[in-house]
Formats: sequence, C-alpha cells, structure tokens
Amino acid sequence: MLDTLLLSRIQFATNISFHILFPTITIALCWFLLFFKIRFDQTADPIWMRAYRFWVKIFALTFALGVVSGITMSFQFGTNWPGFMEKVGNVAGPLLGYEVLTAFFLEATFLGIMLFGSQRVPQKVHTLATAIVALGTTMSAFWILSLNSWMHTPTGFEMRDGVVIPTDWLAIIFNPSFPYRFFHVLLASAITASFLIAGISAYRLLHGDNKRAPKMTLKVALTAAMILTPVQAFVGDLHGLNTLEHQPQKIAAMEGVWETEKGAPLLLFAIPDEETRSNHFEIGIPNMASLILTHDADGEIKGLNEFVGKHPPVKPVFYSFRVMVGLGMLLLLVAWVTRLTLYKNNELPNWMLKVLVTLSFSGWVATLAGWYVTEIGRQPYIVSGVLTVKEAATDIAPENVAISLALYVIVYLGLLYAYLHTIFVMARRAVEIEEISDQLNEQEQENEEKSILLNSAVTKSTVTNSLDTNLDKKVENDHV
Amino acid sequence: MFDKETLAVIFVGLMGLSVLMYAILDGYDLGVGMLLPLDNQQHADIMVASIGPFWDANETWLVLAIGLLLIAFPAAHSLTLKALYLPATFMLIGLILRGVAFDFRAKASFGHRPTWDKLFKLGSLFAALTQGYMLGMYVNGFDTSLSGYLFAMLSAIGVSCAYCFIGATWLVMKTEGELQLKSIKTAKRTLVIAFIGIATVSATNLLFNPDIYAKWFTFPNILFLMPIPIVCGALFALAFMLLKRLQKNPHTGAGFPFLLCILIFTLSFAGLGFSFFPYIVPNQLTIWQAVAAPEALNFLLYGAIVVVPTILMYTAYSYRVFWGKVQELRYY
Repeated sequence: MLDTLLLSRIQFATNISFHILFPTITIALCWFLLFFKIRFDQTADPIWMRAYRFWVKIFALTFALGVVSGITMSFQFGTNWPGFMEKVGNVAGPLLGYEVLTAFFLEATFLGIMLFGSQRVPQKVHTLATAIVALGTTMSAFWILSLNSWMHTPTGFEMRDGVVIPTDWLAIIFNPSFPYRFFHVLLASAITASFLIAGISAYRLLHGDNKRAPKMTLKVALTAAMILTPVQAFVGDLHGLNTLEHQPQKIAAMEGVWETEKGAPLLLFAIPDEETRSNHFEIGIPNMASLILTHDADGEIKGLNEFVGKHPPVKPVFYSFRVMVGLGMLLLLVAWVTRLTLYKNNELPNWMLKVLVTLSFSGWVATLAGWYVTEIGRQPYIVSGVLTVKEAATDIAPENVAISLALYVIVYLGLLYAYLHTIFVMARRAVEIEEISDQLNEQEQENEEKSILLNSAVTKSTVTNSLDTNLDKKVENDHV
Repeated sequence: MFDKETLAVIFVGLMGLSVLMYAILDGYDLGVGMLLPLDNQQHADIMVASIGPFWDANETWLVLAIGLLLIAFPAAHSLTLKALYLPATFMLIGLILRGVAFDFRAKASFGHRPTWDKLFKLGSLFAALTQGYMLGMYVNGFDTSLSGYLFAMLSAIGVSCAYCFIGATWLVMKTEGELQLKSIKTAKRTLVIAFIGIATVSATNLLFNPDIYAKWFTFPNILFLMPIPIVCGALFALAFMLLKRLQKNPHTGAGFPFLLCILIFTLSFAGLGFSFFPYIVPNQLTIWQAVAAPEALNFLLYGAIVVVPTILMYTAYSYRVFWGKVQELRYY
C-alpha cells in the first residue's frame, strides 16, 4: 500500500497538471479575443467577429474546465497539506485571497457578458467586458505566480513561534524569482494559444474550409508565434540565470552537473544516475553550459555533490528540461518557417498545415515540462529552506486519498478526451458553415440604401453587426 | 490596524457573507440543474439558458468562502475538511461534472447532448446532496454514530429540497408559458418539503446540542431570536399563497417568490450562525483560537474593503444586463 504522503503528492501533481492546461490557454486566448474584437470595432469587417465567435466558444469551454479543476485545489491545501497553511499560511493565504477577490470574480462575472451579452449591451461595453476578462485572467496569473515564486525564493518574512509572519508585503509579492517566472509563464501561455489557434485553423483549412476566417486567424497566430518564441528563449535564459543565483541545486540537476566544475559542457543527452552520482552516455557541447549560465566559457557551475540530501531528484528535472527546451526550439523553427512561407506564397502547403495540426497542443507539453523542472527542482522543499514537503503532509488515511485520487484520474481522463474531441467537432462544424461575406455584401448594400433612404444615423458597424448576427442565425444552429 | 479579536469577527462575517451568497446563488442554479427534465429538450434549453451567464460567478462564492476559511482560520479549514474528506471530494466531482456538462452540452455533437444533460442533472444532485450532508456533519460536530449519520442524511435531503425550491422560484421569475406554470407547481411542492426539512433540522439541532438550546431559550436572547423562526414560517406561508395566486395570473409579481426565498435562506443562515458563534468548528475551536496572524489579515482586509463592494456592484450590473424573461441564449 502506498503511503499518504506519496498518494497526496501524486494527487496534487495530477490535479495541478490537469488544471494548468486550461489557464495556459485562456490567459492568452482572451487577449487574442480582445484583439479580434478591437479589429472588428475598427474595421467593421465581419470576419473579425466571426473569428471572435468561434474562439469565444472554445474560450468558454476551456475556462469552465479551468474553473472546476481549480476549485479542487483550494480544498486540497487544507485536506492534504495542512502543514503548508500552518507554517506559511500567513503569506500564502492573503495572496490566494487577493487572487479570488481581484481576479476570479472579475473573470467569471464579465465572462457572462462577454459570451452572451453582445446584443444586450453597447458594442463598446462588450469590448470592455472582453478586456476586463483578459485583465482578470492575467491578474489571476499574477497572484498565483507571486505565491509560487515566493515558495521558490521566500523573502519579506520572519519566523515567530515556528510560523512565518509577513513583514514586508512588497518584498513578498515581488520576490526575486517572481518577475522572471511571471513573464516566462505569460509567454508560455501566449505561445500555447498561438499554436492552438494556428493548429485548429490549419485543421479547418485541411478540411476544405475556404472561408477567410481560418486563413486570417492562422496568419495572426503565426505572426504572434514568430515574435514570441525568440522572446521566450531570451526570457527563459534570464529566468535560468535567476535560478542559478537563488537555487543553484536546481540548475545543477537541470544541467546534470555532479561535481562543481569550470567550463561545464551543455549536455544534449545523458542518463543521470543517482546511485553512482554520475551520468552515462553523455553527449555534450564543451563549455557551453558555463557560457550560457555565467556568460563565460570557463565559468564555474556548482555541482549536485555540494547539496547532498538537499537537491531534487535529478532524472525528472534533467529530462523535463530537455523536453521543454527541445520543444521550444522546434516551435520557434516551425513558427518562422511557416510564417515566412505564408508571407511569400500567401498560403501553406498541406504538409505544413499537417505539422501545425500535430502541434496544436504542443504548448501544453512544453508548459508542463517547464513546470516539472521548476517544481520538482524545488524538492525536497515545498517552500525553499523553510518547509519540506514531508512536513506539510496530512495524516488522513491512505485509503481515503486513494479513493479520491482514483476518482480524479477517471474524471480527468474522461474530461480531457471530451475536451479534445469537442474542439475538433467544433472545428469541423465551423467548416460546414457557409461563407458570409458574399451574402453580406448584398444585404449590406440593401441596408445601406435603406439607411440612406431613411436618412438614419445608424452607423455602418452596427448595421453590419446586426446583419452578421441575422446571417449567423440562418447558417448556424448553435444554441446553448 | 485591527487587533486579532476584531479581525476574527470581521473575517468570520465576511466568510458568512460568502457562504450565504453561495447558498443563494449557486443554490438556485444547482436547483435548476436538479430539476432539469430529460424528456423535454426545449424546456431543458431554456432552463440552462436562464443560468448561463451566472453560474460561473455563483460558484466563485464557494471558492471565496473556502478561501477565507483557509486564509483566516487555517486550523479550522484542515480540521473541518479532513473530517469531511470524502464527501468534499464527491461534492467537487459533482461540481466538476455539472460545470463542464453545462459547456459541453452546447458544443458537443448533438448525439451526445442527452449524456451531458444527464451528467448535468446528476452533478447538480450530487453537489447539493453532499453539501447538505457536510452541513449536517458540521452541525452535529462530526458525530459518526448512527444518529449522527441519519441527521446528516436528513440535512442532505433538506438542503437539496431547499435548492430545488429556490431553483424553481428562479424559473418562475425567469420563464414564461408552460415552463413557468410547471415551475410554479414544482415550487409549491418543493416549498413544502423544504419547510419540513428546515424545521426538522432546526428542531433536531436543538435537541442534539443542549448549549444551543440554552442559548435560544434564555431570557434576553429569546426576545430577538424567536422572531427568526416565526418570520421564516410566515415567509413560507406567504410564498405558498403567492405561488397559488401566480397559477391563476402568472404575469405580475413572478419575482416575489424568489425574493421571499432569499429572505428565508438569509434568516435560516442567521439562525444557524447565531447558534454556533463564536465556534468556527462546533464545540471544538472558536474563531479566536483559529484565527491567523493579524499581519496577514490586515493586509487582505485593506483590499477586501475596496474589492468586495466592487464585486457586489458588478454582480448587480450583470444581473441587470440579463434582466427579464430568458431569451434564447446564444454566443454573440
């Protein structure tokens, strides 16, 4: 029988891994939606509203999964990790509280208006609601990453009777690793959303969708990916330097460095072995790790042997790091090649579209790998130097944790399948919807004549908008 | 800067507000979920549409309530939820299924819709039953004897019926025609069961806890406490009469039963809150024993003073935007 500690760890890892998939998409997707909406307000081109409507549905579905999987977390802090709240609750609590107060309600309330309100509020208010939801998702990331970063690099507190007491809230919120982690995660979200939009748009094009919307969203998404992937590589590097300063043992595990050495090689592949405390089958570029991390080919990297008993398990950190970086590089390459091809030929060959479809959810893999690097890299601590995971664990019966874990796994696997399946169903359904622009032109003319005749003050955008809606009602039978 | 004693009272008040908001708001949408007909697609669509713009925000009150318990009274959070570990897990699974089924039913291929409808109904039922069960266990001080379990079961049924009742009155307010008439009938029926449920749970609670009995039936207390059950009973009777009148003329005053329902929930909650104050875990832990450090709570309070009224304001705005009878709900 597995013990409560291990089961709790597996359960928390399962829950948080499942949960993070959805915010990773929604944080950035909402800014894309805001972009579509603003472009629509500016140009009155219905194509932007069409893109908005398709993606807002995917946003809603993703958001709902994020909300429900997030609620379980707020219960587990107390049930499975009571030691965490007992010891550091005075810091963790208010940060979580601010997340609920300043982000969750904002998102959830204005989401209703964003999804269902565009015929009930003025267009400007609807755009504003979209902006507020985008702001809310980002605020949520701000608070939770502040707390998470504090767990890596705790500052601004003192110990009183064995409990953490906050002394400087600014130092707590803007702790040393927070700015790096915050931007690293926001960019990860943006890249994940870009490749999702690109992948689903490519899927629609491959299925014979010859409307303008998927072409346009493909272009927007690849442009974003082309700009953001190199920026992410740069920010990731800064984050790594920050980690080297504050958590050298994590860097040592990431790079597979056992003995402190000068001019450490960048290992492309190796099998780290904790028994012999060495690597097998090393393939590396000499001096490269030192160069990247210290900006000096002969710079010193501290080895794992300086942190015996206080460093993370090496294998998962080492491999996850390679998955994240490798995938990141691949995405950078794909973004540039496809975007430049699109620029030159104004369309993509089928094989490139297929590559993009395959990579639709690749951002998830890279993001999870990155989280595993940083979170496993903090082991054996839950709060660096303050509290170990073991000390924080609960004493409830292992059977109970086993039951809840089994339930979560079953439900989550089912939901993940349903989610992926539904997104592709929605994409296929979108293919079958008729093109709107031709019909629209006719009706638009008719309406413009009418408005001239009536000498009404109806602006073009509201006319096109209502027309667009009418047309939608005809072609799309998609009630909630 | 407030001191520890004051902060404990402020935060238990904020938490109470969140729990009450949750019970009312998610209460009506869980109720609508439980009442969802599986054989009438059109009615099901309208019913789901009536809660569409709101359920997300409604559920957030639970996150706030649990969050405040975690933040302000961490010892009580782990004590309570460890005792209620499995029912809490079942509730979460129920809420997960309910929440996602809501979105999936509209977007999945049409063949799957009945499955998601079933999950929606089942998830709502599950969440309501387990919430009632947990309330019962909490009230009886986690009594694991047979009578303790029976009491918790009774509470599970009582809370579920109360949610169905508020859900039905919500539908009376938000719908028209055949569905409205049907909802009036359901509201009348669930009103009776909810009344019996609340009365029984309250009476049993008094018998279980001599301390609470003493609190209610000593001299100055009785003067301002007795009105609570009396007014509550009167509100039930008034709601019943209103519903009867609505059966004949459903066009005017359709919102009143829902309003009365909110009052009933508020009074019942006030009665419950008074019974246990200052305990945060009945008979085990008072709010002053469990409260977190003032350094933490003061920091959160500054924000809460500004943010909570703002939340209430934009929640009201959202209800105003979607005011009136439900229209076909579409993604625009």
